[in-house]
Amino acid sequence: MIQVNNITKVYGKEKTVAVDHVSFSVKEGELFGLIGPDGAGKTSIFRMLTTLLLPDGGSATVNGFDVVKDFRKIRNSVGYMPGKFSLYQDLTIEENINFFATVFNTTVNENYHLIKDIYIQIEPFKKRRAGKLSGGMKQKLALCCALIHKPTVLFLDEPTTGVDPVSRKEFWEMLKRLKAQNITIVVSTPYMDEATLCDRIALIQEGVILSIDTPAAITASYPHELFAVKGDKMSSLLTALNSFSKIKTAYAFGEFAHAAFYAHAISAQEMRDYLKSKSIEMEAYQKIDASIEDCFIGFLKN
Amino acid sequence: MKQFFAFVTKEFAHVLRDRKTLFILFGMPVVQILIFGFALTNEVKNAKLVVVDQSKDLISQQIINRIEASRYFEIEKAVMDPEQIEAAFKEGKIRLAVIFPAHFTDNLMHINRAQVQIIADASDPNTANMLSNYVSSIIQDQQVQLNEANAIPYAIVPEIRMLYNPQLKGAPNFVPGVMALVLMLVCVMMTSISIVREKELGTMEILLVSPFRPLLIIISKAVPYLFLSLINVISILLLSVFVLDLPINGSIALLFAESTLFIITNLTLGIFISIRTNSQQVAMLISLMGMMLPTVLFSGFMFPIENMPMPLQVISNIVPAKWFYIIVKSIMIKGVGFAAIWKPTLVLVGMTLLLLGLSWKNFKIRLA
Repeated sequence: MIQVNNITKVYGKEKTVAVDHVSFSVKEGELFGLIGPDGAGKTSIFRMLTTLLLPDGGSATVNGFDVVKDFRKIRNSVGYMPGKFSLYQDLTIEENINFFATVFNTTVNENYHLIKDIYIQIEPFKKRRAGKLSGGMKQKLALCCALIHKPTVLFLDEPTTGVDPVSRKEFWEMLKRLKAQNITIVVSTPYMDEATLCDRIALIQEGVILSIDTPAAITASYPHELFAVKGDKMSSLLTALNSFSKIKTAYAFGEFAHAAFYAHAISAQEMRDYLKSKSIEMEAYQKIDASIEDCFIGFLKN
Repeated sequence: MKQFFAFVTKEFAHVLRDRKTLFILFGMPVVQILIFGFALTNEVKNAKLVVVDQSKDLISQQIINRIEASRYFEIEKAVMDPEQIEAAFKEGKIRLAVIFPAHFTDNLMHINRAQVQIIADASDPNTANMLSNYVSSIIQDQQVQLNEANAIPYAIVPEIRMLYNPQLKGAPNFVPGVMALVLMLVCVMMTSISIVREKELGTMEILLVSPFRPLLIIISKAVPYLFLSLINVISILLLSVFVLDLPINGSIALLFAESTLFIITNLTLGIFISIRTNSQQVAMLISLMGMMLPTVLFSGFMFPIENMPMPLQVISNIVPAKWFYIIVKSIMIKGVGFAAIWKPTLVLVGMTLLLLGLSWKNFKIRLA
């Protein structure tokens, strides 16, 4: 459905490389996630795939159409939801949807089944102007507008950024339902916890893809033994763990410190004694499975 | 076509829901025409005038009394010596001098014909013109009254001399000028922010990833402003006819057609600015500073183009308002038909097509 080969984007006179020889492919009906922090190059990739930016190197096809040569055909067939809320704030929900339906030569009724689940939630406010909606409702409206013409591929650039946890969850449930309708979805997010909701993900940092696989395969391939450690003083705990010769890296993770061992981990008693020698009281020490975020950090430290 | 109407409807919604824009759109022309109308008012009250009466007889005295009774004039002093008139003009004490030659009544009674000389300070050509017309009509009144009692008609011939600026060039006919200025400002300013606003708000990103074509965006952006500007034309014309007493001598339909053309020229200019800029502020600045000054300077409305150095005269040709000013002046004041104004019309048509083409070519189908 989507083929990306060595695509590269360079900005400005300083030749800042935003996207550096990125390649991946997305199959039909797949929910593909681009996971990476701000500034990783996610938006640039989206804009090149939606024909808004010309790649400086490499090539890409969407639906079999080249993003440079056949840009019009792509524009007619894909749905795009930019990272920034980009609907008309002074038009109502209803007017926005009708406008975008008409622009794409269709009507709301024709594809109502696609947006029904989502639209029902915002319908009570359909006379309200888009600018006056909450963050979650704005995203739902934007999704409706991107879906209204029954796109074959849906590009969602950070759809859940700035949205409350409940709405985020709802949003991902909607994506799953859309996937069931055989719409290919490419979504980007800076939230690592959302990665597991995708079929396959690409971890991306500074324009380079670190890894592409299913979330399960990525976490399964985590090479280290990972332990969550809790102590009474976080900053000195991190310093102590990082200076321990068997630990490759340790970093804060919520109220815990995650410690990745090179080969074999030490026992809880050994750890307690080590930390005591650094005058830290150990409160918890347990082996954990690596999350996507642990994997991401692991790739970065390599 | 349905897409086009949906887009136009959306544009109307943008304009009508933005109260501030709407206020500027309709308020500015009215305010400007009233300010210009009354600031540049043609009416002169209590103008200082000097009378030199070398005949000192019945009828000359009657005319002087009439002038004195009129609210327009105030007789300064009765100098006898014509030499002193020149001095009084130069001091700026008087605006007008009326000179009755010796034997004024005698001439009138015996050869049925007498002359009065009216000398006006035409450095302010508009006032000079008006004042001399007032005096002429006062004399005319007197003549009519004399003739009522007489079988043989008397003729008092006012001989008008304009000092300092005999051709009365550059008389500010402000309504055509203000009309050109206001339409230019409103149309260019409003459309100049219309496309760049979509860029700023990010909606352009979605519009681009849609089947919508650039030319369609350009045209649908312009349509609502065309309608609104036509309302402005009507309000300006109503104000000028009913509040400022400036009649429309030529065809109103023609005036409307030409105004529509000029509005379209300005809309395409605004859209061109909008396409070339990246922020609403820059677009606004360019359309305000970049358009207002050349329009005021080079339309011929405030400063006569004929008096400018050659390079400036050449530059003035690229200002659309100059051509529209010529057109409106011709229709409203001279009352001529299309045959007399096809040339400036053609220039405006050419400018519009050029700007439309440039806008189309410059429309970015991608970001950056």
